[in-house]
Amino acid sequence: MATRRARKTAQKDGTGWPDEVFEALKALDVRQVAYVPDAGHARLIELCRRDNAIRSVPLSTEEEGVALIAGADLGGERGALLMQSSGVGNIVNMLAMARECRFPLLMLVTMRGQWGEFNPWQVPMGEATRPVLEAAGVIVEEVDDPARVAETVAAMARLAYDAGRMVAVLIGQRVVGAKDWRK
Amino acid sequence: MSRAPRRAAPPALLDRRKTVARILKDRGDALLVTGLGAPTWDAAAAGDRPDNFYLWGGMGGAALVGLGLALAQPARRVLVLTGDGEMLMGLGSLATIAVQKPANLAICVIDNERYGETGMQETHTAFGVDLAAMAGGAGFADWTTVRTPSDLEEALPLIHRAAGPVFVDIKVGTEPQAMTLPPRDGPTLRHRFKRAVPGERG
Repeated sequence: MATRRARKTAQKDGTGWPDEVFEALKALDVRQVAYVPDAGHARLIELCRRDNAIRSVPLSTEEEGVALIAGADLGGERGALLMQSSGVGNIVNMLAMARECRFPLLMLVTMRGQWGEFNPWQVPMGEATRPVLEAAGVIVEEVDDPARVAETVAAMARLAYDAGRMVAVLIGQRVVGAKDWRK
Repeated sequence: MSRAPRRAAPPALLDRRKTVARILKDRGDALLVTGLGAPTWDAAAAGDRPDNFYLWGGMGGAALVGLGLALAQPARRVLVLTGDGEMLMGLGSLATIAVQKPANLAICVIDNERYGETGMQETHTAFGVDLAAMAGGAGFADWTTVRTPSDLEEALPLIHRAAGPVFVDIKVGTEPQAMTLPPRDGPTLRHRFKRAVPGERG
């Protein structure tokens, strides 16, 4: 089974976490996955796009995803928002709507501007990601161990869908891998 | 008998309140999302219903709330009523919606060319920015601009029945309207809406 294989890979070289997160999203019955692409999310986006039961929604900017997932909830479907840390800067006012209406919101944020970052322009938003989310009322959990990403997503998803909260799992740059600027 | 001098009077613009009431009269079981400000008051004036979801904030988000709902409820018509300023803040939404091609989604912009809640400052549409053309350029299935009562009657089948996504920009006047405020408690609006939509998981 792909899941087991993925888990083994994750344990060995730390690259199987997107497959595990995908399985977690499937187990949660997530039906709408919205994203602004990030290299760190490339594998998860690909898995979601291939799945016929998941509607993959590419966005022009991240705040669209907060609104989309609110609408999905009104219609009885669960959604998840994938983005890079820089996208957190784009969503703040829309988070106010989600908070005020108690919309469940699960965000998976791949971090830039941290571990081994080469681009100085990524650093300010990387540093601001957690305080900005927390100021807007989002419950934040950061993961730096590839083996713990999927279990963290599953646990935080319960806070979102069952407890009606906005949550963000920050996937550390140590997990994602620092971008090689030569590529 | 004195006669008024002959002068071509500009055609009277549509009354926003009557326009929204006319659209909603034919809505049937369509689900409604309204953008913040006057479209929310207009919809409330036409009659509060649990399957109305009014935005009191989240400017720029109305169309995408409509998309998420339309994708989750493909058997139901979803209608978004919003303002020109609200739509301008979420123009990228037009592209995002066009990519998804929701056949059950119609977006109506009640376009008075003004930011009505902040002192009636002109929006970009007052200077000729054409929202319907932008929706067409994005790839909506159908789009039009409504300026007269007969335009509105012609657009009703488009709004309520045509294969979407549909975009209708409706030019309306700026006459002040009575404030009609719907419920504003977010969790209440959310829960009553979800209860009103069959097939919900509660």
